[in-house]
Amino acid sequence: MNNIFVYCEIEDGIIGDVSLELLTKGRSLANKLNCKLEAVVIGANLKGIESQVFPYGVDVLHVADDARLYPYTSLPHTSILINLFKQEKPQIALMGATSIGRDLGPRVSSALFSGLTADCTSLEIGDHEDKKEGKSYKDLLYQIRPAFGGNIVATIINPDQRPQMATVREGVMKKEILDANYKGEIKQIDVKKFVNNTDFVVEVIERHMEKSKVNLKGASIIVAGGYGMGSKENFQMLYDLASVIGAEVGASRAAVDGGFAEHERQIGQTGVTVRPKLYIACGISGQIQHIAGMQESSVIIAINTDPNAPINTIADYVITGSVEEVVPKLIKYYKKNSK
Amino acid sequence: MSLKIVVLAKQVPDTHNVGKDAMKADGTVNRAALPAIFNPEDLNALEQALRLKDKNPGSTVTILTMGPGKAAEVIREGLYRGADNGYLLTDRAFAGADTLATSYAIHMAIKKIKDFDVIIGGRQAIDGDTAQVGPQVAEKLGIPQVTYAEDILSVENGKATVKRRLERGTEVVSVALPAVITVNGSAAPCRPRNAKLIQKYKYAKTITEKQEVINDYADLCNQRPYLNLQEWSVDDVQADRQFCGLSGSPTKVKNIESVVFQAKESKKLTAADNEIEELIKELMANHTIG
Ligand SMILES: Cc1cc2nc3c(=O)[nH]c(=O)nc-3n(C[C@H](O)[C@H](O)[C@H](O)COP(=O)(O)OP(=O)(O)OC[C@H]3O[C@@H](n4cnc5c(N)ncnc54)[C@H](O)[C@@H]3O)c2cc1C
Repeated sequence: MNNIFVYCEIEDGIIGDVSLELLTKGRSLANKLNCKLEAVVIGANLKGIESQVFPYGVDVLHVADDARLYPYTSLPHTSILINLFKQEKPQIALMGATSIGRDLGPRVSSALFSGLTADCTSLEIGDHEDKKEGKSYKDLLYQIRPAFGGNIVATIINPDQRPQMATVREGVMKKEILDANYKGEIKQIDVKKFVNNTDFVVEVIERHMEKSKVNLKGASIIVAGGYGMGSKENFQMLYDLASVIGAEVGASRAAVDGGFAEHERQIGQTGVTVRPKLYIACGISGQIQHIAGMQESSVIIAINTDPNAPINTIADYVITGSVEEVVPKLIKYYKKNSK
Repeated sequence: MSLKIVVLAKQVPDTHNVGKDAMKADGTVNRAALPAIFNPEDLNALEQALRLKDKNPGSTVTILTMGPGKAAEVIREGLYRGADNGYLLTDRAFAGADTLATSYAIHMAIKKIKDFDVIIGGRQAIDGDTAQVGPQVAEKLGIPQVTYAEDILSVENGKATVKRRLERGTEVVSVALPAVITVNGSAAPCRPRNAKLIQKYKYAKTITEKQEVINDYADLCNQRPYLNLQEWSVDDVQADRQFCGLSGSPTKVKNIESVVFQAKESKKLTAADNEIEELIKELMANHTIG
């Protein structure tokens, strides 16, 4: 009872990275709280699935295995979680901020009247003093995320409602096997007890999943462009630079919204989190939501016409100048010196 | 088949314009300095609604928005593009709501609207990016949801067929109506305002707005009932105050901190050729690149 639950997503029999990252985080929170880590996998043909999750330190694995549960649809997965949570009373429930987690999480939180914080960039355990009410709380989940505008980070708590729910994007937490031989207990969920036939009102008629072309998480060098690139045409110079130095191209949200780059290239709180060896920020101002996704890069170069752009404070090299001038020069001198 | 469509729309501060001037000295946002806009994905949602209306003669599109008095602008924007009417949910008691309290209020307003086949909203609002309100409204109404919609392909025999755009692919699903559908920014952009509709609705105002303008308006509005935009309070939608605003919000902001990034000792360069070449050489020498 009152353990930490992680909802694990599954695609083609493989548990998603984001879920394994959350299991890793969940394990360390469970150690702090001295409770168990439990995982939930909902899908079809799940025989042997435990071998993918136990190594992350999972004590109990709840499995709901039914042909109708894959691919994911909102209502059956929601019903299972709601009923399971009512029964098991977790204190914390985590899921990926993915197209599944962001569909499922809000629905579950609404039914249980438990708060849900989206896109957390950090999760910690801490106490809280409500001076007005004269109440004190021990060991709450601090759900930490950048807040709208400005360089502020908000710590959100759910003092009174359980579970405390949060979603986290892929790449934000680190994935680490605890012990390859770790063994937990498997509990089969009685699907018929938890799911109504009326939950199957959404029918998946067609489905095309593609492997992503963009691999930002695995890139050792990233050239990222912001709104300061000015146009989609200008953005092309970043692909040129990237192909010359062997980098992947990323973007700020303003650049994505401006149509300069695809959404899957977005870096930041609501995009991908990256930790490359080298990050070249071109025409990016450096708002907190962007920095949240790249500040752990080993070396940062900022190219900006504004000598006081916020990104400069975290950069190792600050080049004050326009991208139109600097980027072609980077290409030119790299070519010259790599011969 | 004619459809009763409700579009959920929000007025948001334009986060693109969170420039230096929009920041106060203490590092918080000066919301007053930010232009207020129609949340971008709600415009995509409106377009999907208007297309359904085009395809199904006799359908109506109703805009529902929650916010301060000036959010009535969102309703007018909707009318200019082809919506038929709108409701502004506005009350001090709604202030400070998290997504759960927000969806509670919205679902009460939808219950008051009562007659609807489909509710369409943007996937998320740019001031919070949570994408929670759509699914939570669906849950509270006890109806299904289809999120990340890119195209509502058809509505037939009480079912909608919807193409969804997911992180790693696409899906076509069919859902029994009534349902909540949330629309992605990758969907078709919203049609522009229509000049005739601007003429027709430019004086459309809420009761509160009417009090702020000269009296001749009252006459005009009496003659043309479509110029009266409805405002609903907590009591109008029979909402329980306990579930509204701050008290209806299980999540609380414990604290807000300005982050002080560990300022690095940075090397300052200009765009001069020799400086760029030096930088490249240095990065190659220490194997950062190459
Ligand atoms: C809830 C929420 C979530 C968000 N999530 C993210 C996220 O995941 N990722 C993200 O990036 N943002 C995110 N944002 C948006 C973020 O707050 C900023 O608006 C965004 O990062 C700004 O992008 P930018 O730096 O490209 O654009 P701007 O802030 O417009 O900056 C452009 C920069 O380019 C410089 N410039 C202009 N012309 C040139 C030139 N010719 N050469 C060189 N420099 C030039 C300017 O000096 C300026 O510094 C989020 C916002 C919210 C509210």
